[in-house]
Amino acid sequence: MVRQGFVERHLRILFPLPAVIFVVVLMVFPVGYTFFLSFTNWTLTSGRPLEVVGLKSYLQVLKEPRFVQALGRTFYFTFASVIVEMLLGTTLALILHRNFVGKGLMKTLLLLPLVATPVAIGIVFNLFYDPTIGILNYVLSVLGLPQSGWVSDAKTVMPSLIIVDIWQWTPMITIIVLAGLAGLSTEPYESAMVDGANSRQVLFRITLPMLMPTILTAVILRAIDALKTYDIIYSMTRGGPGYTSENLNVLAFKYSFEYFRMGQSAVMLVFLFIIVMAFSLLVMRLRRIFEM
Amino acid sequence: MKRNPLVIVLFYLLLVAIVIPIIFPFIWMLMSSFKTQVDIISWPPRFIFTPVMRNYQRVFIEQDFLHYMKNSLIVSIVAVLLSLLLGLPAAYSIARYKQKKLSVFILVARLMPGISFLMPWYIVFSRLRLMDSYIALILSHMLIALPLVVWVMSPYFDAVPRELEEAGMVDGLTQQSAFLKILLPLSGPGVVTATTLSFIFSWNNFMFSQVLSQQKTRTLPIAVYNFLSYVEVDWGAVMAAAVVIMAPAIVLTMFFQKYVIKGLTTGAVKG
Repeated sequence: MVRQGFVERHLRILFPLPAVIFVVVLMVFPVGYTFFLSFTNWTLTSGRPLEVVGLKSYLQVLKEPRFVQALGRTFYFTFASVIVEMLLGTTLALILHRNFVGKGLMKTLLLLPLVATPVAIGIVFNLFYDPTIGILNYVLSVLGLPQSGWVSDAKTVMPSLIIVDIWQWTPMITIIVLAGLAGLSTEPYESAMVDGANSRQVLFRITLPMLMPTILTAVILRAIDALKTYDIIYSMTRGGPGYTSENLNVLAFKYSFEYFRMGQSAVMLVFLFIIVMAFSLLVMRLRRIFEM
Repeated sequence: MKRNPLVIVLFYLLLVAIVIPIIFPFIWMLMSSFKTQVDIISWPPRFIFTPVMRNYQRVFIEQDFLHYMKNSLIVSIVAVLLSLLLGLPAAYSIARYKQKKLSVFILVARLMPGISFLMPWYIVFSRLRLMDSYIALILSHMLIALPLVVWVMSPYFDAVPRELEEAGMVDGLTQQSAFLKILLPLSGPGVVTATTLSFIFSWNNFMFSQVLSQQKTRTLPIAVYNFLSYVEVDWGAVMAAAVVIMAPAIVLTMFFQKYVIKGLTTGAVKG
């Protein structure tokens, strides 16, 4: 037996240590501090010292109509976009799951929306959505349909933002499901052929159930980001017109860095974190059911 | 079995119908970046026009985008390199010793709303006079890159057979040099995946730079966004700026398509 050096004996501690220290200093402490701030009514610019008010700050936030609306919008935005992305993304993957000339190119094109800078995407869509010069209103007028205010109208701003999210992230579901399809075992298909199953039965009884864990993981990844959407909304509308497109993350950002009401912002962040956690755990549990 | 040619034609028509909505925004952005303001605001929208370079001149000469580009490159490259330095050994240890809790601990950074650390950073960095410094920006971007490195690399290291390292250790290498000299060179594709993905996500980051940078260290996403605050939007210049900011990520993706796909599907697909 060769004598091991100090580094080797403690490798399992020494190797991850720098990363752990980094995460503790830059994430754990700050998050802990934010959690503490959520029990205060501290406003950075007020000059008054921080005062611990306990759960009163939570009650205050819950009574704020802007918060309640932003909470609802966070769910609306996430459910609408993720459900469409899941259906559309999976359908696309099923269409593309075959050999054809140009498949590599197709995959590259699918990647473009999701590596594109969200702020720039938001600006490009703003040009599309512009009520007077935008190409979308032109298309509507050619089709003889009434024109829309898109993101400048409180009634259409949320669906317009959801369309951008769907455009940008549907390909991610497609890419993940395609990888899942490539990894499915062929055995169940062979026995289905022997049993003379038709293609619809194969899709609904074999392919989709086997794919479910993959689809659900894609949904978790997507929902985590959709719940926290910031770039697209802030760059396209800044939460407007009025407050009509603010979700929790945009509202918390404004509370922190525009009004400097850190305590109230912290409360919103605690809520947002709880929602993200709860959702991830729920879908993970669902996934386990399918894996059995 | 021979395929019906009609079916093939229909299939390709379907593909075209899928591709058009995906690439149209990019094409329109590129076209608009070569248009004059008159061509952009014309109704109906013009598909045929005389291209001009004025928008790019405006972006690079009047707006000094080279400065912002340099900032973006410094922040993203340094943040990715430091994240690899911290993340690779951590990922190795997680893979070898099945430190599942540790990996969850690092990956929680993905779940947290960014503002919950941005707000304390803002307070601390202001007190330390580190606002508008590269250090603050790089540290913040590392929190984007590091979890990605761990996420991509720990399954990758896990898949490399232990025997390879052990063979090296029989030849007298220590475990850490076996990691450096045997495992890492074998893990090139994984490192490319982790590097590409974390570079792209750091490059695209808006929120951290929005709060922590000002004139000196301002990165491209903020510079592009600030373009919009003018009274009348100069759409051509804004589109040229959008092209400039997206180009590196798109070129990287075209070169490393397989790696990007691998990275995005890690963890989602068993196998």
